[in-house]
Amino acid sequence: MLVRILVLLYLAGAPALAQTLCQPNASNGCRVRISIKTALGNQAYEWNENEMFLFRATMAFAMRRYYKTETYNVDNIIMCNQTLRVSFWFVVTSPENSTMLIPKADVEKAVRMSRHRINNAFLLTDRTLEFLGIHPTLAAPVNPDTPPWLIVFGVVIGAVFAGIIALLVSSLLQKRRKEKGMMEDGQDEEDRQMKGVENDNVLDGIYNRGFTDDDRFTKL
Amino acid sequence: MPEEGMEDNKGREERPKWNNKAEYLLTCIGFAVGVGNVWRFPYLCQIYGGGAFLIPYLIALVFQGLPLLYLELAIGQRLRMGSIGVWNSISPYLGGVGVASMVVSFCVSLFYNTIVAWVLWYLFNSFQDPLPWSQCPLNHNNTGYVKECVESTPVNYFWYRQTLNITPNMETSGSLQWWLVVSLATAWSIIYICFIRGIETIGKAVYVTATFPYLVLTIFLVRALTLPGSSEGLIYLFTPDWEILKNPQVWLDAATQIFFSLSVAFGGLISFSSYNSQKNNCERDAVLVGVINSATSIYASIPIFAILGFKAHTNYVTCLNGNILALTNEFDISDMNITVENYEQWFDSLNGTHPSRVSDLNLKTCDLQTFLDQSASGTGLAFIVFTEAVISMPGSQVWAVLFFIMLFSLGLSSMFGNLEGILTPLHDLKLVPKWMPNELFTAIICLVLFLMALIFCLGSGNYWLEIFNSYVGSVPFLIIAFFEIIAVAYIYGIGRFSDDLEFMTGHRPNIFWKVCWLVISPLMLFVVLVAYVAVQAQTHPTYAAWNPDYVNFPDTEVLPYPDWVFAICVLLSSVPVISIPLVAIYRLICCMSGRHSKGSLHNDPNPYVNEGYVVES
Repeated sequence: MLVRILVLLYLAGAPALAQTLCQPNASNGCRVRISIKTALGNQAYEWNENEMFLFRATMAFAMRRYYKTETYNVDNIIMCNQTLRVSFWFVVTSPENSTMLIPKADVEKAVRMSRHRINNAFLLTDRTLEFLGIHPTLAAPVNPDTPPWLIVFGVVIGAVFAGIIALLVSSLLQKRRKEKGMMEDGQDEEDRQMKGVENDNVLDGIYNRGFTDDDRFTKL
Repeated sequence: MPEEGMEDNKGREERPKWNNKAEYLLTCIGFAVGVGNVWRFPYLCQIYGGGAFLIPYLIALVFQGLPLLYLELAIGQRLRMGSIGVWNSISPYLGGVGVASMVVSFCVSLFYNTIVAWVLWYLFNSFQDPLPWSQCPLNHNNTGYVKECVESTPVNYFWYRQTLNITPNMETSGSLQWWLVVSLATAWSIIYICFIRGIETIGKAVYVTATFPYLVLTIFLVRALTLPGSSEGLIYLFTPDWEILKNPQVWLDAATQIFFSLSVAFGGLISFSSYNSQKNNCERDAVLVGVINSATSIYASIPIFAILGFKAHTNYVTCLNGNILALTNEFDISDMNITVENYEQWFDSLNGTHPSRVSDLNLKTCDLQTFLDQSASGTGLAFIVFTEAVISMPGSQVWAVLFFIMLFSLGLSSMFGNLEGILTPLHDLKLVPKWMPNELFTAIICLVLFLMALIFCLGSGNYWLEIFNSYVGSVPFLIIAFFEIIAVAYIYGIGRFSDDLEFMTGHRPNIFWKVCWLVISPLMLFVVLVAYVAVQAQTHPTYAAWNPDYVNFPDTEVLPYPDWVFAICVLLSSVPVISIPLVAIYRLICCMSGRHSKGSLHNDPNPYVNEGYVVES
């Protein structure tokens, strides 16, 4: 009988005790701020008791993962001061002694370790599920081995140099062909000097271009 | 450039010619339409009362731009030589005008291709996800973002630090930035490959470089009109403010804008038209090029301002959302209850009930007009403002790539004219050794220009580029153009010129052209020149320096030019045009000291310019 009364008293008093442990601005408490509508828009879910339960379960999971040996339970996560925002405070009690709070630093480390899992449980991100005081880990910049711009540059400069060499070589070949062609057909060439041979004497004359054939030039 | 004959060329060879008229027109249009049409004209339109600016602009085009354009194309086509040869032929005393054109083209090529190199750098960097200017890099120990980036914006940081690596002032030169050297080398290599066979390869290249920008502008126009906020940008741009026409500065800027936009006085247009046959209607060409240039400016300002309107709208919404978040967090209001639409009501009610808490939040004032007023021109528009807008557009990489390829095409086609203004006169001066093939000569010139342009790859390079842009790219051109018009209208004689035009186009120029050449254009040029110099002389020249240690960072620090730099500025303005009086004096002395033949460049009979058959009226 006495035991039953004591048990009843304990059960009645425990929430009250829990409430005193969890206070806004408590030294070992953590404030959480959630923005569901910002993250999910039309597919936003409602924040109710079930979601609170999931949060407590996730936090217990995070504490278990961090400590690896101790067994945490949903009862160890106490929440209070919930607002419409949605924001609330929570504290973590030790599994052995329910009046002893886990220090904030350890809670922070546990949260950091499992942040990704906690976010995914709620379909949120670091920005929309905020643990005030715990800064999100900055995304490590992707540092590829070769900067991408160098690759594009390599392609462009390779193409340009290939083009230059191709054009230079083709110019050279054209000149050689013209040289050969000139031996056979001198009429089409615009030489300044034509060597005429008359009576085995080499005559130097100037080609008189007053008699050029104009038809070949573009008529504009 | 003259083609190489088979044997050593002892004199004039047949001049190369355009494959068809379209290549010639596209090259001239490409030369005239440059990056300035995209990033200078819309800015001027915006600050000078929108639609009202078109009035002084079109007046300047009709009375100053078109006559000058017609004049240059005509004399180039008639005398069939580059700028030096042409002015020597018109009057040996004014041969200095051609030399001045060449020197100025040389200086402009130096810094213009550096801008093209920057565009290439941004283009290479656009092939990444996410775009490198969209987020700040982490600092050394990965604890936070780089301080300089956080204080300004990621876009500013990428431009000033990761691209330019700019020094805090001009006295500190910094070192060569290797990535800029690499980009500059790419730019000059691309120019070289287009110039390898002279106008043969240029003519092929302009099919792409002159037309592609129009395609991209149209794509941007369609895209921009579907973005939110674009209509605000357009209304802001085109709302005319007629009062502004009373400000003389507007007329001055309109005249200078049309002048630099048409790229006259570079010598490039003379060179291009010298490859035409003489029987070509250059009047129609000139009007076509001038009108298309101005139409392009107006057409380009539409998508630019639609996108700037979108950017202003995005900034406004971001600013509001920052305030909304602060209010929501402070008062624990349910998430997303305060929206952009009902922000005002919420703010008023909260401010009424808890004014102290609201004022403690230090909310920013978000005004769409302020964001729209953040205008920029030049490199600021392309590399800061526009890149920021592109980040917010879905599919940013595509838009960034398109934009920078468009800028690259615009810059490349203008560089063709700049370089042509250097190469053709050198060939006409017969400074090229006979044994040297043209390809080698072009390569040497490109190499020299590249090495000299390395100064713009230093840490302080951007400051030097601004100096070159302001002092070389302004007053010398006005002086050269003024002498050009005086030389043709008064020294060569308007009568002789009209005869030449009748020979080429088939009809004499009508009264409008004559009046412009004789009176209106020289007068306008003179007034613009004097006014420009007067306005510049009033203010002590200063420059905006990017100094992370500045008290008001991220605002730029306004510093005065050091004395030695100012001396260089004065030199840059005067040395190119000093050849005009020098050559005149030299020829006078030569003339007085001994009778020597009137500097005729054609010692050899040329079937195209046989002066024995000039019709004397």
